[in-house]
This record gives sequence, structure tokens and C-alpha cells, in this order.
Amino acid sequence: MRIALFATCLADTMFPAAAKATVHLLERLGHEVVFPVGQTCCGQMHINTGYQGQALPLVRRYVRTFEPCDVVVAPSGSCVGSVRHQHAMVARQAGDEGLAAAAEAVAGRTYELSELLIDVLGVEDVGAYYPHRVTYHPTCHSLRVLRVGDRPQRLLRRVRGLDLVELPAAEQCCGFGGTFSVKNADTSTAMLADKLQHVLETGADVCTAGDASCLMHIGGGLSRLRADVRTVHLAEILASTEVEAAR
Amino acid sequence: MSTFLGMPAHAPRGVGHLRGDEPFPAAARTALANPQLRRNLEHATTTIRGKSGRVIAEVPDWQELRSAGSALKTYTMANLPRLLEQLEEKVTAAGGVVHWAADAEEANRIVTGLVRQTGEQRVIKIKSMATQEIGLNEALGEAGIDPVETDLAELIVQLGHDKPSHILVPAIHRNRSEIREIFLREMPGVDPALTDNPADLAAAARRYLRETFLSTKVAVSGANFGIAETGTLAVVESEGNGRMCLTLPETLITVMGIEKVVPAWQDLEVFLQLLPRASTGERMNPYTSMWTGVTPGDGPQNFHLVLLDNGRTAVLADEVGRSALHCIRCSACLNVCPVYERTGGHAYGSVYPGPIGAVLSPQLTGIEDNATLPYASSLCGACFDACPVKIDIPSILVHLRNQAPHPRAEKAAMAAAAYTMDRPRLYRRAQRAAKLTKLLGRRGRGLPPPLNGWVASRDLPSPPDESFRDWWRGR
Ligand code: SF4
Repeated sequence: MRIALFATCLADTMFPAAAKATVHLLERLGHEVVFPVGQTCCGQMHINTGYQGQALPLVRRYVRTFEPCDVVVAPSGSCVGSVRHQHAMVARQAGDEGLAAAAEAVAGRTYELSELLIDVLGVEDVGAYYPHRVTYHPTCHSLRVLRVGDRPQRLLRRVRGLDLVELPAAEQCCGFGGTFSVKNADTSTAMLADKLQHVLETGADVCTAGDASCLMHIGGGLSRLRADVRTVHLAEILASTEVEAAR
Repeated sequence: MSTFLGMPAHAPRGVGHLRGDEPFPAAARTALANPQLRRNLEHATTTIRGKSGRVIAEVPDWQELRSAGSALKTYTMANLPRLLEQLEEKVTAAGGVVHWAADAEEANRIVTGLVRQTGEQRVIKIKSMATQEIGLNEALGEAGIDPVETDLAELIVQLGHDKPSHILVPAIHRNRSEIREIFLREMPGVDPALTDNPADLAAAARRYLRETFLSTKVAVSGANFGIAETGTLAVVESEGNGRMCLTLPETLITVMGIEKVVPAWQDLEVFLQLLPRASTGERMNPYTSMWTGVTPGDGPQNFHLVLLDNGRTAVLADEVGRSALHCIRCSACLNVCPVYERTGGHAYGSVYPGPIGAVLSPQLTGIEDNATLPYASSLCGACFDACPVKIDIPSILVHLRNQAPHPRAEKAAMAAAAYTMDRPRLYRRAQRAAKLTKLLGRRGRGLPPPLNGWVASRDLPSPPDESFRDWWRGR
């Protein structure tokens, strides 16, 4: 299958490993990955901070860039959530019904990574090898906006060598929330503190999730604590094989 | 009924409790610094969450019930003027008197005037959000009338000269030793040997309240539902103190927000299933009191219904925001909210705290007066899932953020970001510049506010040597 990658601005700029891993994984599964270069950002930060007008060109850019593609994947529950639940709304708010209809159509073909693997490609065992103790944080937008359910855990359980440990109070928000993390830094930090404590309780050496943004937040907190736990994107785990492990 | 032409008015300033003294982030900081408060909140919300979750799981058609509740509320809002007039007609026919209050001031004036007419100096009160919203107790106090709260938790708050911090459990921020101290200090005739055993505390309150019930001739209540079809008002509660207030006095004055009307008697079938399970985690709420006007020889012989707008019509005018009026005040959204769990209710500055407060208060007052509330959420979506009438609170939050006044520096930064993101070549250059953040170190030395808020507790990610798109090009 020919799959278009929406890398997301955050992964593209700050966490390219997650986007590269998505490419390696899909190619290993025998698919062709394309990267339409007109893509930048889904506009979620603008929409969620109250700048829908400024997000409009970004919505238009996303729709025009991915309109020709049959299937789009992004390694982010949050960005796919915005594409699916906000793009048409922003277009409608601006009175652009044509764009709203096009946005809905493209959103219907845009998938978060675990959705693509299980629902579209029909694989649970992606042939990965990752010999680590791992805990999974189900990010809010994957969980409650996209309703990915236990798809990520199903994928992780099939990874050879991986010891999946359950995260206590997993479904509680980590406190990131985009600009919430700076506008309400103290509350965000209080939420993060509880999440970090739960991560540490698991004794895992890796904390994973389907969103680079939440991982940046959790990882930033773990690093400040000098904790011995790394944050690794779900895509990177699924892309790992004996070859990487041997390196 | 006052006639208003043009855009509906917001709740007026200077009266009632819909506005805080400080922006949310500052008020939250104060609350977060109180470890006792955080422990109380965590314990209380975790307990209610567990209880509620268990009894909801018993209902096989919970999702259908939620949809029915949502549909009924949508219908009500679409037909509000007609339903309110029908309610007025039925209440009047049953011997009640209906008053229309455009705002808090008018409602306070009406209620104070009605109490004055009775010649009484004291009223007993049933826990009610609407009367707190308009600051009725203060207005009565100024008129020389003494309002006594009869809900146990409200009584604790009143005696402690405190503010409620939760819709349903107003004293959630207090633990039992604090309550004992308040009773010893403030409760008339209290036994000085009072312990902090919950049963003893409740018994002390009961003794005090029983006397008050038997000697007070006027009661003030709110209403959970007002049935247009029959003119029946309904109050649901757990303690039975509300029922005392509704049956013992000679005069009953009910203040009801106009959105609390429901079309038909049968609609209670849906709401009375949803409300107790979502709110207190009970299968059925212990006391459901209903009354229709006046029944000769039984209960209060004078009944007044004050229908309160106070900004609600303005909320109704907003196509997205209006579903905030669907709220049945169960407080499930508070109990699941990770922000509320840590900051408590006072940080929201309004009688309506938590997620529902963050969308309702700014709409009632106008967004300028509560500009930081729509941002008091990480948009995690737990409130939407918990809401028994399916109010999409995260979408309303996002909608209100779009109307909120924005700080100038933020506006400039957002405009620059949007400009860059819409120009891939410029964007690529900006990506390369991102490497310069390395100069800041992981602790982000010299970052200006609000960005320094990030590095107060989190390290900055180290930028990669090459962006994904540069890697892709070179592949
Ligand atoms: S918004 Fe929904 S969950 Fe929150 S108090 Fe109202 S009815 Fe309950």
C-alpha cells in the first residue's frame, strides 16, 4: 500500500526519530511511504489556544497537501484528533463549506499509527524485537478523542523481548495540554508529578506513548529528576528489530 | 417581566459570585501550595469516582440514557420561551406566584421583598446553586434577614465564613477535625465535648438544625427541575433537611434558573436515573421532593417561584456554548477533572467550579470577566466522558478560547508561527534555527515568561542534528 506520512511539526523538528521509525516500520511491512513536502503543521496549537482564524491557512494546507493521498498516517494521536475533530469545524467557522467537506474527506483517510496498523493493515505482530521493561501511557487524545482503545497495547504485547508493565492511574492526563503547560505551569507540574511517580513505581526502563508531545513533557520531567527512565515513541519500539538491538 | 431589546445581557458586576478576585493561574498557585487541601481533594474525588463508576456500570443502557438526557435538554433549549410560559401558567393555576428576574439584583430584590412582607427575620435555606450565584445570603443579610443554610456541608461553609468549593460537596476542602473546630467556634449551643467522629458531628448539626426548622416560617430553595406540563417543582437531596424546609414553613420561595425547566413529567424518568448515579454514586437519590403550587392544609400555604435569567439568555444565543445550559449540576465533571482534583474549587473564583464552571461562568459574565477560565483545562476530555447529559465541554472550551482576549505578546508569537507554518521554505529555515535552543541549555536559561514556566519543572528536549525532512531529502 502507498501510505503518505504526516510527520507532524513537532516530530519533524524536534523528534525526527519517531517519524523515521514510522517510515522504517511501514517499509519493513512491505508498504511504500511517501512524504508530501508541502506539509507543515495541523494547526492544533492555534486552534486550542484560541486562534482559529490563524489556523485556517494551516487547515487548508493540510487538506490540499493530503487530498491526493489514499491513506495518511501520523505518529500522533493528538494531531490526528485535531484533523478529525477540528479541521472541518475551523473551516465552517470561517464560512468555507467547500473546505469543510474536503477536510472531512481527508480526515476520514487520516489514521494514527496504531489505528493504521490494526484497522487498515490488519497486523498486530509487526515483527519487532525490543528487550526492555516498558510501560505505556495512553495519551488523552488517543484515548478519548480517537478512542484507540487497547490497540497500542495489543501491538506492544506482540513485540518479542518486551516486558509490558501496567502504569497505575494510566488514564489520568500527564498535564501537558499544549499551551496549558506554560499558561498553567503550576497545575501542569502538579499533574506531571503524579504521572512521574506512577511511571517510577512501575520500575520500567522505558515509558512509551503515541504522542511525541506528551513524551516531551514526561521526558522533560524525568530528566529533571535525573530518573533512569527513558521516553521512547511507540513507533520507535515497533520499528526495532534484532539489528537495532545488536547495535 | 422586564422587556429587553437587543443583545441579551450578561450577569451584572458587583453582585453575586461568578467572578474571582484573581486570574485562574494565580489562584491555582495558592491552592496548590496547600498540601492538606490536595490530600482532602484527592481522597474525596477518588472515592466518589470509584463509587459512581461502580453503579454506572450496573446500568446496561447508560449510554442511551445519556443520549436521551442530551436530546431532552436540546429540545428544551430550542423551546425555552414557550416552556417557561407554560410553567408560569401551571404554577399560577396551582396557587403559586411567578416572578421573572432578569438578573441577580432583580432576583435579590424580589426575594428580599417577599421575606419582608412576611415580617420574619430569619429564613431557612436548601442548598441551591442559583441563590449562591446571585449572592442572596448577602442581600438578605443587608436587609437584616438571617439566612440559615440547612445542608450539612453548606452549614459548615457558612459557619466557617468560607466559600463552597464543590457543587455537591461544598466543604470537600475541609476534613473532620477542621469541621469540629468550626462547630465549636460558631455553632450556637454546641456541646464543648464534641469529638471529630463523623456521627457526632452530624448529631450536633442535627440538634441545631431541628430547632431552627421548627421555629422558622420562611424557606428559600432552588430547584433541580421545573416541569412545564404540570407546574411541578422538584428538589433532589441526600439528607432530608431539604424536605424539612419544603414542608414545615408557611412560606416557600424558590429561585430557579430558567434552564432548569423540563417539558414533561415523564422526562424525570431519564434525569432521575442519570443524576444520582453520576453525582453521588447512588442508585436512587434518598430524597426527591416535588410540589405543585399550594395544597390547602398541607405544607407551605404561600409559594413563590422566581425565574432567574442572569446571563442565561446570552448563553442561549451562542450556538456552541449553549449546551453548557444542559448541565444538571451532578458534578461528575469536577470529580474526574485532573485540574480540579489539584486546585480545588476556589481557584475558579465562581460558585460553578471545575470543567462546567470553566465553560459556564465566562458565558454568564461575558468572557472579559473570566478570561482565564477557558484555559483552566488540559483538554484531556475526561469531563465529556463523565457528563450524564453528554455536554462536550472540551469543544466549548476551545470555542470560548477563540473569543477570549489574548495577551499581546502571545498574539504576535502565534501570528508569526502561523505565518511560518504556512510557508514550507521559511518553516525549514526555522527548523534549522531550532538547533539554537541548545544554547539555552536543558534548563532554558533566560527564557522569557510564560515559556520559563516550562523549565521550572521540565528540561527542554535537546534538538536533533537534523530535522526529519532534511533526513528524508538526503535519503
Ligand atoms: S456539566 Fe455534566 S458532568 Fe458537569 S456537573 Fe453538569 S451535568 Fe454534571
